[in-house]
Amino acid sequence: MSSLLEMSGICKSFDGFQAINNLSLNIGEPELRAVIGPNGAGKTTFMDIITGKTKPDTGTILFGDENRSLIGMSESQIAMLGIGRKFQKPTVFEAQTVRENLAMALENPRGPFSVLFYKKSDQGTARLMEIAQETNLTDHLPRLAGELSHGQKQWLEIGMLLAQSPRLLLVDEPAAGMTAHEREHTTNILKKAAETRAVIVVEHDMEFVRRLNCKVTVLHEGSVLAEGSLDHVTKNQTVIDVYLGRTDVRD
Amino acid sequence: MPKAHPIPRKSFISRNPSVLYFLAALGLFTAIVALLSEATGAGLISTSFVKTLGKTLCLCLIAIAMDVVWGYCGILSLGHFAFFGIGGYAIGMWLMYARTEIIVVNSLSGQIIPPTPNEISDAIGNQIFGVVGSSEFPLLWTFADNLYIQLALVLIVPGVLALIFGWLAFRSRVTGVYLSILTQAMTLALSLYLFQNDSGLRGNNGLSGLQNIPGFADSGQDAVSIVFFLASALALGFGYLLFAWITDSKLGSIIQAIREDESRARFLGYHVESYKLFVFTITAIVAGIAGALYYPQAGIINPAEIAPIASIYLAVWVAIGGRGRLYGAVIGAALVSLFSSWFTGGGAPNINLGFYEIQWVDWWLVLLGLTFVLVTLFAPNGIGGLFDKLVRKS
Ligand SMILES: Nc1ncnc2c1ncn2[C@@H]1O[C@H](COP(=O)(O)OP(=O)(O)OP(=O)(O)O)[C@@H](O)[C@H]1O
Ligand SMILES: [Mg+2]
Repeated sequence: MSSLLEMSGICKSFDGFQAINNLSLNIGEPELRAVIGPNGAGKTTFMDIITGKTKPDTGTILFGDENRSLIGMSESQIAMLGIGRKFQKPTVFEAQTVRENLAMALENPRGPFSVLFYKKSDQGTARLMEIAQETNLTDHLPRLAGELSHGQKQWLEIGMLLAQSPRLLLVDEPAAGMTAHEREHTTNILKKAAETRAVIVVEHDMEFVRRLNCKVTVLHEGSVLAEGSLDHVTKNQTVIDVYLGRTDVRD
Repeated sequence: MPKAHPIPRKSFISRNPSVLYFLAALGLFTAIVALLSEATGAGLISTSFVKTLGKTLCLCLIAIAMDVVWGYCGILSLGHFAFFGIGGYAIGMWLMYARTEIIVVNSLSGQIIPPTPNEISDAIGNQIFGVVGSSEFPLLWTFADNLYIQLALVLIVPGVLALIFGWLAFRSRVTGVYLSILTQAMTLALSLYLFQNDSGLRGNNGLSGLQNIPGFADSGQDAVSIVFFLASALALGFGYLLFAWITDSKLGSIIQAIREDESRARFLGYHVESYKLFVFTITAIVAGIAGALYYPQAGIINPAEIAPIASIYLAVWVAIGGRGRLYGAVIGAALVSLFSSWFTGGGAPNINLGFYEIQWVDWWLVLLGLTFVLVTLFAPNGIGGLFDKLVRKS
């Protein structure tokens, strides 16, 4: 397992509020990593920083074999390097069909002119069908994404993420609003994806995290509080005090 | 393995049957007008009404451009009428120059000593710029004697202006209302500049006599009007095909995604600014073409045409017609502009309430405003949306 993403010394404050505080974190390839922590711990902000949505005040982020610095790159450049993201609130393009949503995410040239003259290819369609199958959306391809259930939207977004074929997937609360059955399926999708790539999952649901069966990073007040197996971190007294003991843990 | 679904790959027309219906309707309409016009047919449609219809087709053309930039891509541009006006000015300069040249040369030809090119040029300058107290040709008119260059400028000037403006605005991620205000400021600046007498474009006099096509003085307006009408129909047909093809392509899907959530589109790896710039520029060019066909039929162009209010009307037409469907924009532009000329042109009978007389010249705008409010409230997808519902039911 080689290192794919190295973050070190990242700080970010919003109007004086320190949302991320000297955060350092390494992810290998392939690897599955769960990130947990109380509300406001900075989990989403951490993803915002990697994907270029938020610029950190200090720190370095290196990605890939050539250790390219992500800081200062635009969102689309970072996405093109191979970092895909699922948002906390499911965001799919509701006015378009499931098929169109997936097609937009497929790994293809992204320039306006190549897109204008783009012709559907058999490989592309096959890949799209494969992803639809994997995310249980095959029967819903012609439907408008806005008509899907909450859980299906989450899957569509995960499907779009897979379609991009990224090297690093950032998945923010994929199980929120899902039934137990749906959650189980989601776990399987993520575990499978993590066989060949790096996947970071933010989740509050402890049962979900347990099923992922991977290394866990606990964030608190913008920095890493503990890291290790789920059993290891849940035995940590500080983690119990700041997170597990609190009522806002949903499980 | 995924199920062996047949790959859905239909032709452009079968995916967009409305294109075929639209082109058929346009063709039929054009043929009927030609058959009933004074020049080529029964003479039941007056030349001035042929001009009105031809102008309406040009307005439909700019409306579909507006629909692509606003309805599909979500950029509420309040500047597209400026591009329309620029197209009109670019062709207007040649029309005025060439016609004045013919008149001047004719009137000087009686002299014993043949006039020098300088004298001719001075006389043309006097004719054109006398109204603003000048006879010098401004720099802007360098190529006014060359039809082909002026035709190229119809495309180039709106295109380059849109490219520069769009690049600056989109690059700094100005969106929503702020972008609308910015485009409106651009339009206002352009129109204020044109209002000045030393703008080089005859200030508030604008360019006139554009209906007289140089070299076709003998043809008569009935013939000229039908030629422009047909050219406008052709331009609308091609414009419709172009935009239908663009919106049907994968790019159409991306620009709608940008309308819905541009930051999400960025995280998928799309460089949103390039897409907006492409759409803004190509629609500006089409707006320029529409203007170049419109003003020879209108006969006159002046800076008031470019005032921000015109671009606001454009947005109203598209909203009433229904955003995000090209035929909606055509319906909106055609209905509202034709009703507008009917009401404001004295066509609609005034209503006498005894204590007050509703004069449509004044009240038309109120009616239009009310319609706009009603459509927004009860038919958010516009007339085109109602149309869609009917089609789906049957
Ligand atoms: N753009 C912003 N401006 C100001 N404050 C922000 C901004 N983004 C995040 N914050 C603050 O930073 C802190 C961390 O937020 P973040 O969304 O990263 O938490 P989180 O760990 O994802 O929480 P949750 O579990 O509720 O999703 C919060 O206190 C939030 O209010
Ligand atoms: Mg969060």
